[in-house]
Amino acid sequence: MSIPASTTPSSSQQVPNPWQAHAVSIRSIQQEIDGVSTYDLAFDNAAADGTYRFSPGQFNMLYLPGAGEIAISVSDDPARSASSCRHTVRTAGNVTRTLGKLQPGDTLGLRGPFGTAWPMADCIGRDVIIVAGGIGLAPLRPAIYTLLRERRCYGRLNLLLGARSPGTLLYRSEFAQWEERGLVVQTTVDQSTPDWTGNVGVVTLLLERLRSFDPTNSVLLCCGPEVMMKFTAVTAQHRGIPPERIWISMERNMQCAVGLCGHCQWGPEFVCKDGPVFRYDRIARWIDVERL
Amino acid sequence: MPNENAAVSKRLPDSDGNPQQSHFVATEAFASIFEVLQGKGYTVIGPTIDQHAIVYDQVRSLQDLPQGWTDRQGAGEYRLERRDDNALFGYVVGPHSWKHFLFPPAMTVATADKTASGWTFQTPEDDPPKYAFLGVRACELAAMRVQDRVFMAGPYVDPAYHQRRSGALIIAVNCSQAAPTCFCTSMGTGPQCTSGFDLALTELTDGFVIAAATRDGEEILSELKSRPATVEELRQAAAVTQRAAEQVERRLDTTNIRDVLFANLDHPRWDDVAQRCLSCANCTMVCPTCFCSSVQEVSDLSGQHVERQRQWDSCFNFDFSYMNGGVIRDTTRSRYRQWLTHKLASWIDQFGSSGCVGCGRCIAWCPVGIDLTEEVAAIREPTS
Repeated sequence: MSIPASTTPSSSQQVPNPWQAHAVSIRSIQQEIDGVSTYDLAFDNAAADGTYRFSPGQFNMLYLPGAGEIAISVSDDPARSASSCRHTVRTAGNVTRTLGKLQPGDTLGLRGPFGTAWPMADCIGRDVIIVAGGIGLAPLRPAIYTLLRERRCYGRLNLLLGARSPGTLLYRSEFAQWEERGLVVQTTVDQSTPDWTGNVGVVTLLLERLRSFDPTNSVLLCCGPEVMMKFTAVTAQHRGIPPERIWISMERNMQCAVGLCGHCQWGPEFVCKDGPVFRYDRIARWIDVERL
Repeated sequence: MPNENAAVSKRLPDSDGNPQQSHFVATEAFASIFEVLQGKGYTVIGPTIDQHAIVYDQVRSLQDLPQGWTDRQGAGEYRLERRDDNALFGYVVGPHSWKHFLFPPAMTVATADKTASGWTFQTPEDDPPKYAFLGVRACELAAMRVQDRVFMAGPYVDPAYHQRRSGALIIAVNCSQAAPTCFCTSMGTGPQCTSGFDLALTELTDGFVIAAATRDGEEILSELKSRPATVEELRQAAAVTQRAAEQVERRLDTTNIRDVLFANLDHPRWDDVAQRCLSCANCTMVCPTCFCSSVQEVSDLSGQHVERQRQWDSCFNFDFSYMNGGVIRDTTRSRYRQWLTHKLASWIDQFGSSGCVGCGRCIAWCPVGIDLTEEVAAIREPTS
């Protein structure tokens, strides 16, 4: 006769330890705008470097021993051949301030990549509208690189970028190159400066006015402040884009990055593993709930 | 058909439909279970009295158990009292749960060391004891099943929980009484232990009716001086659990509870409970399923060696939802709402079951006696 040997639950396969960080070195630091820099990180271990792959929209946990860990989206080209990995970071708290004191050659820890990705396969054969607010462009840059690499696979490509002021438009030096390769870049700022001749106002105005797209065959990717994403989704639906082709990237307090610590919960979602990229129709009911 | 004169047992079918015999072990013979378990390399964790409460800690003999003690519980109330008998398991549940041992309150999950070529990162060797948990209640078996899904169902598995859980032996005890805080019958988790144990005990006046559910359990039972239980003993054992079930008075209406709570995120009752809730996090600490944690950086004096220490955290702590210089849930209302809706509603989306097992700890250990069953009932009331 046979009875179970023990009560041990079935999942007993050897599992990787999610807390194991890789050592990475800072290859270069590029200041983008005031308070925002891009850190190009290289894996110290060749094996880790060889197996590391990320998808546009995913994030890494960057670890500064003694200071702590932060979730930073990867802002590089996923197909980039060089063994490096760029992260655009805004100085905001203790960990990012500590990172800001480091020099090229210094080491830190990296765990990742984590989370869901932008639906690049879903973009094939469709017009793609990218709506970004401020540093929200950073997690979208890998998607832009991917779209431009296989430009012929996609319809019309538009980037609508909003920023507080002309001086806070991220990756401005790349816009000309992006436009040349077939991405129409439109920008707007909340506060103008004397030398600014462009748009002033919220980014949803650009979406309201956008002409060169077919709403029934478009995908919209959006990342920025929550209120901006909420109104972008509303405007996009007014323009006829179905909610299941609107995608947003959420941010919450991500600590373990693997759905075990509980901090990033947003309604039923763990933003770290169910997100950060969410299909709008699946989370629309939560975005209006304050203090959720 | 069993011989009417012979001692027969209640027969629990195993996975092949083979019956498992229930045995009777006298209290004096039961005392040897400690040696048996220790001989097999187990560290025995069981109920013991500490600071006027029955907690779970290492126990080495029957003398460590709370013999002759019981607990009186109510909303915001827990007191130990003498029983008029010498029952070893004549209490309900205390402030501890088995998560203390499966998901330690504090542990180092990773380390960093500065070398000449920069920081290096390790995850420390984790060599926990092989635990035997003695005295696990039905609601606690349910809580383990809940945490199994949280920590082991993937896509990521918590290595510490996985290792402790895989090696643990579970000796369950059927409840002989219920506290006014208990509502396991509403949650479908008790008081009868039905699965998830190696051995299950029912305490009678002079001993235990014991059934093994696994080979590990059978092996231990075979080393205790026992005999097949008599029909009368089986009848008494059934009556013990029946009595506990009948004592459960508290109810939580779980009908459609997920949708009801999600549809009432603006219910005025959240403001009402926020007036009473101290946001002290007691409920989350005593809850056998709450699993939130934070990692602290613990550096040595030189700053060259850093340990990443994981500690239990709580959604009631102010900075739990801190992000980018602000706190998302910056009111007690939003934090209580998060806890209750997570436990009873979003848990179902996340893990396929309620996060509540009806043990009533959060009611007893709330310093102001907030009772989640009352809060849910109030939220179910239509607002004017």
